[in-house]
Amino acid sequence: MTSPTQAATEPEPVPEDATASSSGSKIAPELIGRSPRQLAWLRFKRDRTGIICAVIVGVFILIAIFAPVITMVTGKDPYKLYGQDDNLLNSYGYPLKPNGGIDGTHWFGIEPGLGRDIFALLVYGIRTSLGIALCVTILSVVVGVAFGLIQGYTSGRTDYFLGRFSDLMMSFPQQLFFIAFTPVIAALFVKPGSQESTTIRFMALVLVQFVLGWMSLGRLVRAQVLSLREREYIEAAKLSGASSWRIIRKELLPNVWSTILVQSTLLLPINVTAEAGLSYLGVGMQNPTPDWGLMFQSAAQYYQSDITYMFFPGIAMAVFVIAFNLLGDSVRDALDPKTIR
Amino acid sequence: MLRFLVRRALGAIVILVLISAVTYFLFFALPADPALLSCGKNCGPQEVALIHHNLGLDQPIPVQYWHYMVGLFVGRDMPIGHCDAPCFGFSFANQQPVWDIIKDRYPDTLTLAIMGAAIFLTIGVGLGLISAAKQGKLFDKIASGVSLTGQSVQIYFIGPLAIYVLADQLGWLDHGHDVDWAHNPVGSITGMLLPALVMSVIFWSNYSRQTRSLMVEQLSEEHVRTARAKGMSSRYVFFRYALRGAMGPIVTIFGIDLGSVFGGAIITETTFGLHGIGQLAVQAVLQTDLPLEMGVMLFGATAIVIFNVLIDASYAFIDPRVRLA
Repeated sequence: MTSPTQAATEPEPVPEDATASSSGSKIAPELIGRSPRQLAWLRFKRDRTGIICAVIVGVFILIAIFAPVITMVTGKDPYKLYGQDDNLLNSYGYPLKPNGGIDGTHWFGIEPGLGRDIFALLVYGIRTSLGIALCVTILSVVVGVAFGLIQGYTSGRTDYFLGRFSDLMMSFPQQLFFIAFTPVIAALFVKPGSQESTTIRFMALVLVQFVLGWMSLGRLVRAQVLSLREREYIEAAKLSGASSWRIIRKELLPNVWSTILVQSTLLLPINVTAEAGLSYLGVGMQNPTPDWGLMFQSAAQYYQSDITYMFFPGIAMAVFVIAFNLLGDSVRDALDPKTIR
Repeated sequence: MLRFLVRRALGAIVILVLISAVTYFLFFALPADPALLSCGKNCGPQEVALIHHNLGLDQPIPVQYWHYMVGLFVGRDMPIGHCDAPCFGFSFANQQPVWDIIKDRYPDTLTLAIMGAAIFLTIGVGLGLISAAKQGKLFDKIASGVSLTGQSVQIYFIGPLAIYVLADQLGWLDHGHDVDWAHNPVGSITGMLLPALVMSVIFWSNYSRQTRSLMVEQLSEEHVRTARAKGMSSRYVFFRYALRGAMGPIVTIFGIDLGSVFGGAIITETTFGLHGIGQLAVQAVLQTDLPLEMGVMLFGATAIVIFNVLIDASYAFIDPRVRLA
């Protein structure tokens, strides 16, 4: 965590060509105008931690997107019970080979009990959990920003009532709410008597987490818009007859963009771990759907005899969350060099 | 002060009423018929109608909600029997009063919350203070690395690992088990130590990061520099000037965290097999025991709301500039 302070002491990337100044030429370099976006990108590129974390995060996202391709290449199926088909488990249901049955064919070993391939499970599990968390994050950001913009821009009575509404949502005990309402929401979509499908669970999880997920960003955006709307350029836009929609879209939104980006980067890992927690408790995704949290659930049943299983989902998730948090910090440093943490 | 507390308490009651209303309507209006749930597979329409009547489900939902709320304060007579004043109804699963079940489960949650909070506050703030005093030194770097890692791990990962290493293999700590203060007070503490330690990890990381940055900010303030220039000892300035200034935000986070652990540490309790409120919540949901779910939910919400009021009141003690008018 030394990089931010280093980055802060370094001089700002001045709008001149770096190679020209380093070659020692005395000729005054030509001034190049750079957009805020380019400046942020320049700052980000110099932050080594940020780049490494961005790569790690990118790898996780690629794994999630290309899960079917990856398992096709390795020739494993997350639903197939290798342990029982190939007799890799002993009579107690534990892998015969040491270290959780790690070998050339099953790189991360096989799951005790059912005997599924852990590598394939993890790849697909990341896909499920990341997919849900991404949907939650996108929905929360869109609604949060909309709330914040409306509250900040209209102010007055609308602001008051919307604000009290978000206060109310914030005072719900979050984890309890998730646990209690996931089955309720899932039951809403299922006709009585019929089996509940994976898609419905997916939607229920997204919905429940989103309902309590948008308020913090909404508040931040509102606070920013409140200070922005008194600025001269907004006044000028109003005087020249711009519509509210145009002011929100062209004048306000570009200025809160960095807050939105930073908050979404910090929100995503929170949503991933929340979703995994729900599945771990048994109210999220259900077996046999591969899911990050379900892997913890089954690993927790067998850890006394097969601790190896625990490490793969555990370390993968720790790396993912650390990388995402550090990336969020780097993005913040790059977008707003003034913030001191 | 009193006026402020009364006003905040009224606000808190409004919030609780709204939460209970939303929860009640969602639970009892939307999902599968509670009568079918409490009756089992082979139930004729007549039995269902009877249960409907017994549970009061044949009345409109606002009326049901009204009876529920009245029952909370004065108790109510239900077909299953009389239910004393805070009446949360009877569990569908075992026909016991919900309030008795909660009271029965609460010692675990309370012990875990108090021990966990003591641990995470001590370690977190302590680490943050030392880091701030030794800014840029090796200790600071290691501590911030550890905090970052601690913030990124999950209880459902480190919990089983900790049981395996510290309890199974090394035998240093007891496995987590339920408290029994009446018969085994020592065992109650040792049995809660491992869960409390594991639970504290995800909390103290946050405190050490926050404390460090707040202290660094405070130490560069002008009044702190003036105090130093007057010749006050750095220890005195550090604790009496800088720490006092940094305490406001720390107390805020502490209050929020306390609210959540007193309402039941769901994942910790499930991981260590402790029979507290959090585990009760999961059990109620998995059994679709609606009165129990409702009771646990209200209980958790009350804990959070109470601690929110307490935080606001405590600002006045920490920061004399705050006026509570």
